[in-house]
Amino acid sequence: MPGWEVAKRVIRGECEPQATNAPRPSTALLPPTERRRIPDTVAIALEVATRACEMSKRDPSQLPSVFASTHGDAPISDYMCSTLATTPSLISPTKFHNSVHNAAAGYWTIAVGSYAPYTALSAFESTFAAGLLEAAMQSVCERTPVLFVAYDIEATGPLAAVLNCTGLFGIGMVISTEAAIGAARPMQIHTRSAQSTEDVRPTRARTRAADLVAGNSLAPAFPFVELLATEAPGAVSLALGPRAALEIELS
Amino acid sequence: MKPLRITAYSLSSAAGHGREQTLASLRNRRTGLSRNDFGPAPLPTWIGRVEGLEAEPLPARLTEWDCRNNRLAWRGLHADGFITAVLAARERYGADRIAVIVGTSTSSIGASEEAYRRLESDGSYPPDLRRRIIHTPHSLGDFVQHAIGSTGISMTVATACSSSAKVFAQAQRILEVGLADAVVVGGVDTLCGSVLFGFNSLELISPDPCRPFDRDRRGINIGEAAGFALLERDAEQGPWFLGCGESSDAHHMSTPHPEGLGARLALEQALARARLTPKEIDYINLHGTATRKNDEVEASVIREMFPATTFASSTKGWTGHTLGAAGIIEAAISLIALEEGFLPGTLHCDRPDECCGPQIRVESASRSARCALSLSFGFGGSNCVLALAASDARVNA
Repeated sequence: MPGWEVAKRVIRGECEPQATNAPRPSTALLPPTERRRIPDTVAIALEVATRACEMSKRDPSQLPSVFASTHGDAPISDYMCSTLATTPSLISPTKFHNSVHNAAAGYWTIAVGSYAPYTALSAFESTFAAGLLEAAMQSVCERTPVLFVAYDIEATGPLAAVLNCTGLFGIGMVISTEAAIGAARPMQIHTRSAQSTEDVRPTRARTRAADLVAGNSLAPAFPFVELLATEAPGAVSLALGPRAALEIELS
Repeated sequence: MKPLRITAYSLSSAAGHGREQTLASLRNRRTGLSRNDFGPAPLPTWIGRVEGLEAEPLPARLTEWDCRNNRLAWRGLHADGFITAVLAARERYGADRIAVIVGTSTSSIGASEEAYRRLESDGSYPPDLRRRIIHTPHSLGDFVQHAIGSTGISMTVATACSSSAKVFAQAQRILEVGLADAVVVGGVDTLCGSVLFGFNSLELISPDPCRPFDRDRRGINIGEAAGFALLERDAEQGPWFLGCGESSDAHHMSTPHPEGLGARLALEQALARARLTPKEIDYINLHGTATRKNDEVEASVIREMFPATTFASSTKGWTGHTLGAAGIIEAAISLIALEEGFLPGTLHCDRPDECCGPQIRVESASRSARCALSLSFGFGGSNCVLALAASDARVNA
């Protein structure tokens, strides 16, 4: 489902997903030589960040940002661990600086020339919900629109069997407390304490499109994406932890 | 946003377990650095190693999270009675009203590295390391949450060396909007091949004990550490977290902005939010990594922004660069400085670089101090400055 316009139609059942895997997004933000060298996590993150800023009609350099990823760049972790096990002194300096969890956020601020702060976080199976909550808190407390980006890519090597994360999934949006412009949807969120893990009761994905990202660690975000795609009012609940839920309403 | 009281804090590093040991090391100019003996083929460098973690497995109920990084987290939680204060807060507010926001750069990647060294003949992980949680960054936040039995918000921040400074900003927002009554902030990073050989590949590792701001400095020593602080909404005692400044360099993934633009922005914002002027700052704990570039840029920013009377130092000669834990460790050292009236100088800085202004001090000093800044700058151009004040400071709330 490359891009939100296609994704929306696939989720609504208006068109079939492309049969083959979509090619990795190619960001126009970076010069061609650098574009080829950036890891997949950075490519997907920069792509959805760019599209979200375009849709919101905001100047990307002015937006603080929240980057959320469950595992960061798992293929680079695989590279680091296997190289360390065999020839540690041959670690590539580029791979090393791309291995940090904030690599995508760092590249983004460099690409758009933003001095605004960013954060990069992870919350295991609640990564998307945690990132969305942090972005919302920033927009309320700092009184500014905030760019929120979430991404996870396929793990490789021996690590893959443990992380169990497949496919490539990126989500980008701009959250603002200001009056709606363009395609904006009013959103209300609150947290709920659960009595037990069963009581968290996250909303289940309800469309066939969910199968396309079911193996990705960001799959728990998909019910929210479905709600966005329907363009009708509704609510979803996402797990915010083993005993907490994030309740989201879209008007 | 409202200033917040820090009702408990702890630290554990090569410079000592807990505040008392750390203060003794600072007073006696006793470094925690030692020759690198970590891992199968140690590089010729010095490290800030915390002794004894290999022989300290986590208690049975927490076995799922057992690994070097979480063992050090466990140790940090038990330093300075920190966990006792957290459990009391949990009792007071309820488990769901305690949030956990912790920072790290590599979390428990050391466990993944070990798995790759001990792969089964079919190329799979050894059975004892087939635990998903310790191979993902949130290993740290998830562990701390389970260790203290809280059920509120829990996230792991990973913005390289600014990680455990930025957790204070996030905690302040959580308390401001009322999504928790208390937040456990902190940071933990442990020695691992990724950072030792990674920084080595960038030619940033010093073969000698690191010498922040010395004209002959040759790079960093990697250290490991854990530190925590408890922030509460309506507490009446404890030192202050006044506010912080955050910014990005928008310059380069692994070198700072040449004029320290991002660092200046973060400093200005921290001062503005804390409602302080540069001359009101009694102590600055610098990032001071001992790389050529960081120290040069940081020294020039300090020289231009602060009066000659400001006392600034880097404490990495005691602890090494503890990466994702540096923010909380150096915030804790700044709090010790405020509470004890003891300002640590800069260890191993024998001949200060000509880039240093009079603010950067080699010798320690005993003097009363009310307000401090702690500076953290990370890879990917992530900057964070924390403003802290003594418990009896007059705070413009």
